Amino acid sequence: MEIIKFLNTLPGACAQGLIWGIMAIGVYITYKVLDLADLTVDGTMATGGAVCVMLMLQGHSAGFSLLVAVGAGMLAGLATGILHTVMGIPAILAGILTQLGLYSVNLRIMGGRANQSIGVDQYDLLVSLRWVRDVPFYQNPIFVTVIFVICLIAVLYWFFGTELGCSIRATGCNEHMSRAQGINTNTSKILGLVLSNGIVALSSGLFAQYQGFADVNMGRGAIVIGLAAVIIGQVVFGKIRGNFAFKLFSVVLGSIIYYFVLQIVMKFGLDTNDLKLIAAVIVTIFLAIPYLKAKYFAKPVKRGGASHA
Amino acid sequence: MLKIEHIWKTFNVGTVNEKTALQDLSLELNEGDFVTVIGGNGAGKSTMLNATAGVWPVDEGKIFIGGVDVTRLPEHKRAAYLGRVFQDPMIGTAANMQIQENLALASRRGTFRFLKSGITRAEREAYHEKLKVLELGLEERMTSKVGLLSGGQRQALTLLMATLKKPKLLLLDEHTAALDPKTAAKVLDVTERIVMRDHLTTLMITHNMKDAIAHGNRLIMMYEGNIIYDVSGEEKKKLKVADLLAKFEQASGGAFANDRMMLT
Repeated sequence: MEIIKFLNTLPGACAQGLIWGIMAIGVYITYKVLDLADLTVDGTMATGGAVCVMLMLQGHSAGFSLLVAVGAGMLAGLATGILHTVMGIPAILAGILTQLGLYSVNLRIMGGRANQSIGVDQYDLLVSLRWVRDVPFYQNPIFVTVIFVICLIAVLYWFFGTELGCSIRATGCNEHMSRAQGINTNTSKILGLVLSNGIVALSSGLFAQYQGFADVNMGRGAIVIGLAAVIIGQVVFGKIRGNFAFKLFSVVLGSIIYYFVLQIVMKFGLDTNDLKLIAAVIVTIFLAIPYLKAKYFAKPVKRGGASHA
Repeated sequence: MLKIEHIWKTFNVGTVNEKTALQDLSLELNEGDFVTVIGGNGAGKSTMLNATAGVWPVDEGKIFIGGVDVTRLPEHKRAAYLGRVFQDPMIGTAANMQIQENLALASRRGTFRFLKSGITRAEREAYHEKLKVLELGLEERMTSKVGLLSGGQRQALTLLMATLKKPKLLLLDEHTAALDPKTAAKVLDVTERIVMRDHLTTLMITHNMKDAIAHGNRLIMMYEGNIIYDVSGEEKKKLKVADLLAKFEQASGGAFANDRMMLT
């Protein structure tokens, strides 16, 4: 019975992993492509949901609300970008400042309340955890979010192949070189942060619909989950050589794995109050694996390397 | 092509490390000039190049490139006129990007970047031909990450990137100093060929006096933030290392034996 109960939780974990995977793609853009640690994410992950839910409560469609939510997230990214580039505040601090400010902004958006719920029966939601089973496949949140993920990755794959996208990648890779080649690195960073936070807000809007409410604390620790997804994806699929789209895809898979691991751990008598600690431990483990592996378990290379073995 | 008028630059103002790196420096380069720059450590050679490239603003004076006043232009805007190769092979290229992507970035220097393709098929074919000039076989590895290349290969690639779109001025900041002698000679050889082929106006800093004499049509020696010796044409061709050493000793009052060591 226990096993069946556990298996029953897996579709939910998968849907959650997919939605948070979208957020993780946003984190990937700042952390990996732009080489910045952007902590704005914790705030944006609530802003998107707050905007989306409030607009839907006022009768706007889910699609329109999501779009505005993305715009709100982009504004948050713009704020961090300006703090970082124009005002010269280190990226981590700039993100923390925006995140802190967003807490109040998010409360204002939600009309001064810490959470706002949106019932699946009264509103036309795109995704809901009530639809994980026993609905036509096109209503299933897993199906819907997979479509979102595929579209998002396709757009990003195209974008990072354009001149503008390439200049953002170059900025993350080598600022000196980028400026010598005529790239305004400040613009690149701001663009990257705007794009990233827009994606995070999209994820947030979807997640608020999925869980049926927006909460001012729903973004707490989001950056950790995002990093977890990025790093798990890298540890598990890093060996496979793939293009940029594959890398983004492995981030989403990393997020799903993270939620599966979380489900498994919860089976051992821990409850939702322990989630943050579990998250921290899981991320610590995956962060430490590559380092410890290289340090203590590296096999000595045969003389002349693998080609001579 | 380049006109530097009475520029001054002081670093770390008001601290014990205050240093006036450029003192009323003026220099004019004609189109097609290939100028080698020598001088001891702290003479202001790199500072002059960085001032020209706009890494930071100068305190006083003006800089013109091709008749345009660039004194107030930020680094990325001046890049439209400049090709640059740095001393550190890691600085000139993006390690996580492919060879062809690096070239594509360089070919868009000075253009407005938007949503057009970052690299086209026609470009790939063109780069294949251009890479052959380097004679390093890089044309067969165009999709390799630049991080996999050796220092010499990266410098050669940076040089190609700097000249891919003909710059009004090529700035070479001791670009062979970090390489082993054999590789350095090779990179210098490619430099000479490209500069001659495209008639590039070039400023090349070097620590090697022989190279400074062997290359270019003009040589300048710097000392304490200014030019103390400027020689060109026939006179430069007849120049010998011993002459330069004598010049340097004369300028520095013979007191700086260490600096002299650095020059040889």
